[in-house]
Amino acid sequence: MSGFSKEFKKGIVISNPVFVLALSLCPVLAVTDTLDKALGMSGAFALVIIASNLIISLMRKMIPDVVRIPVFVIIIATFVSIVEMLFQAYIPAIYSALGIYLSLLAVNCLILGRAEAFASRNKVSDSLADALGMSVGFCLALILISFFRELLGKGGITVFGNELFTLPVLAENPISVFGMSMGAFLVMGLLIAFFKQIGVIKDV
Amino acid sequence: MSELFSIFIGLALINNIVLVQFLGLCPVFGVSKKLGPAVNMGLAVTLVIFVSSTLAWLANNYILIPLNAEYLHLIIYLLIIGSMVQMLEIFLKKTNANLYKSFGIYLALIATNCAVIGVLLLNADESYNFIESLIASLGAGAGFTLVMALMSGIREKLELSDIPKAMKGLPVIFITAALMALAFGGFVGMLF
Repeated sequence: MSGFSKEFKKGIVISNPVFVLALSLCPVLAVTDTLDKALGMSGAFALVIIASNLIISLMRKMIPDVVRIPVFVIIIATFVSIVEMLFQAYIPAIYSALGIYLSLLAVNCLILGRAEAFASRNKVSDSLADALGMSVGFCLALILISFFRELLGKGGITVFGNELFTLPVLAENPISVFGMSMGAFLVMGLLIAFFKQIGVIKDV
Repeated sequence: MSELFSIFIGLALINNIVLVQFLGLCPVFGVSKKLGPAVNMGLAVTLVIFVSSTLAWLANNYILIPLNAEYLHLIIYLLIIGSMVQMLEIFLKKTNANLYKSFGIYLALIATNCAVIGVLLLNADESYNFIESLIASLGAGAGFTLVMALMSGIREKLELSDIPKAMKGLPVIFITAALMALAFGGFVGMLF
């Protein structure tokens, strides 16, 4: 069991997929303008990476080495299509808010990277732990970025229609640039710089 | 005619594919250390987007829609892009070995570049006709090449400047991208 928890913890801080590895930036920056979208994307990401890591790890002895990348891509794209249909059926509001970024999970470097670097060479339980750790790390990073962007860009935090709190002055005069693309780059850059300063991230 | 022009300008400047839609960030952060390779990368991506969006449009309108199998479009697009990149790789290896070497791993990574698949998905979402989707792919390619060139120019200057220790590496590139995105925000005022 110690192997399981080691692989699980690794994804959260030491090799956090977003801040340390700086992979899969496209969904991270595009869907973090509100907390709702960030949570929806994290859910989709977790479903896809867990399912594809599991399948690839189970099939790792069957997949010929030469064609492994196309096989991984097809497996991942299949799960992305399934998740897309599930979202469209059960949470249509989140589905339309995420737009093409949900489909773009299929070419997410992080998911493909874990398939290639981990799931295809490790046993099923370790691959599952790796996928879970990466999902939690990804989810935490998205929540952190979208928290700042929604707080500054909208002046308050609203999760799935429930208003948690609003700030007095900012709510009337939100800094709308944080909701736009510029805010995404700025918050991301400052967060990485902060983590480097306090020593959580060693070298990028 | 003006509609085609506004599609082109829309993807190249106003809704710039990299800075506003966040597509294709990996090569922008990875290959943008020097101006020459960055521009070549931009042109290679433009070529792949152009050819694969042509094929994707044909596949979508003549195979998937008649068969009512649009849910398969993601997988079909990935196959088209993957084979186009493979062909480009073979072609470059034979004709221009130096360029091939300077791309390194990033050439194969065009296959999983969100800019390429993103444009194909956008074309399908907007249900553009054939000419419109060609123009959209050229606009996206131009926008991508422009950002690659600008970013590598700025990074060549950044090499020589004195940056606080915590900001070195990725953070300062993100801040640069933020300022560029703000500047590109000025194009929103362009209306046709």
